[in-house]
Amino acid sequence: MAEFTLPKNSKVRKGKKFPAKAGAKNVRTFRIYRWNPDDAENPRVDEYEVDLAACGPMVLDALIKIKNEVDSTLTFRRSCREGICGSCAMNIDGGNTLACTKAIEDCAAGDVKIYPLPHMPVVKDLVPDLTHFYAQHASIKPWIRTQSAPPPDSERLQSVEDRKKLDGLYECILCACCSTACPSYWWNPDKYLGPAILLQAYRWIADSRDEDTGARLDELEDPFKLYRCHTIMNCTNTCPKGLNPAKAIGEIKQLIAERKGV
Amino acid sequence: MSQSARPLSPHLGIYRWRVNMWQSVLHRLTGLFLCLGALLLAWGLIAVASGADAWSTFAAFCASGIGTLLLVAWTWALLFHLCNGIQHLFRDGGSGFDAAQRDHSRTPSYFATGWIVIGASIVLTVLVWICLFVRSSGGAA
Repeated sequence: MAEFTLPKNSKVRKGKKFPAKAGAKNVRTFRIYRWNPDDAENPRVDEYEVDLAACGPMVLDALIKIKNEVDSTLTFRRSCREGICGSCAMNIDGGNTLACTKAIEDCAAGDVKIYPLPHMPVVKDLVPDLTHFYAQHASIKPWIRTQSAPPPDSERLQSVEDRKKLDGLYECILCACCSTACPSYWWNPDKYLGPAILLQAYRWIADSRDEDTGARLDELEDPFKLYRCHTIMNCTNTCPKGLNPAKAIGEIKQLIAERKGV
Repeated sequence: MSQSARPLSPHLGIYRWRVNMWQSVLHRLTGLFLCLGALLLAWGLIAVASGADAWSTFAAFCASGIGTLLLVAWTWALLFHLCNGIQHLFRDGGSGFDAAQRDHSRTPSYFATGWIVIGASIVLTVLVWICLFVRSSGGAA
């Protein structure tokens, strides 16, 4: 049965307030989820006033500014700052996205609220534990699976049309925004694979060079792994790369239905 | 240093609700509510079979304020479940997922169809009850 409320140790308390320096011109408040594993306290939301006149345009710029200038204990993942590594995935302004590609001015009026990816165990502050997510990815065997011997003198080739079928699938950076936006994944994270992993599964099913489509569909034909998707569409709506995991899941469902002769 | 058990990050309470999430919740709730409606239907059928007295008790309940309110609610629940079910049917057929995702300036079609489902269920409920009133007042005249 789904737990709609947070466990006792996860309830969020009011936190500290860090006002902007005197003389700040364009102040915006960032409300950021904090949790430190080294004390026995509950999570809290701290408020940081940031002078946007002295800050880069993206939410990640504000986070880095806070960490550099106000509170060095603020913890978050980041690396490429251009939307290709997926490290800074978090919940900003009520939706999951990458802090590096989300402009501060695109957040709804009022305070900018920042939480870790939803319904995940928190390692510290904005860093969620993605171990289970990666294990689920490994479970679909995300590599080419073949029956035939490779050509002796060349790679396995693919026509231009077949290559086109991978557009909208190969671009996924596994940031986990979509899976952690999905209410079905919130309630059944242990058994439902979630949109990111199912899009990856379809990426291999759709690949003309892969020769294990039947076995891949067998592995997915399960009331929980695949069919917990009720097309709520949060995944597609939140994907920072503009991909459509819901459609990929729909394609898998259709392939299984067609295989049965429906 | 001892480390405390990891908390679960907030989910329902912080995520921005859009029409699609309401549709999903309402589909479940109307489904449950329709199960209760089946009990009312069973009561009506048993009353028909049991004779005039039982039927008049049933009819009086349906005509009462609370009875009418429940009947209107059940009509809407049925029609919402039906309309949303039709959307599910289209999605199972592979359509209604929206093709062009990269343009974030416009409302995605999957939100538009969500509003159509909710709007249609309300309009149809009103139409059903207008038909019922017209028929019953026409019958009385």
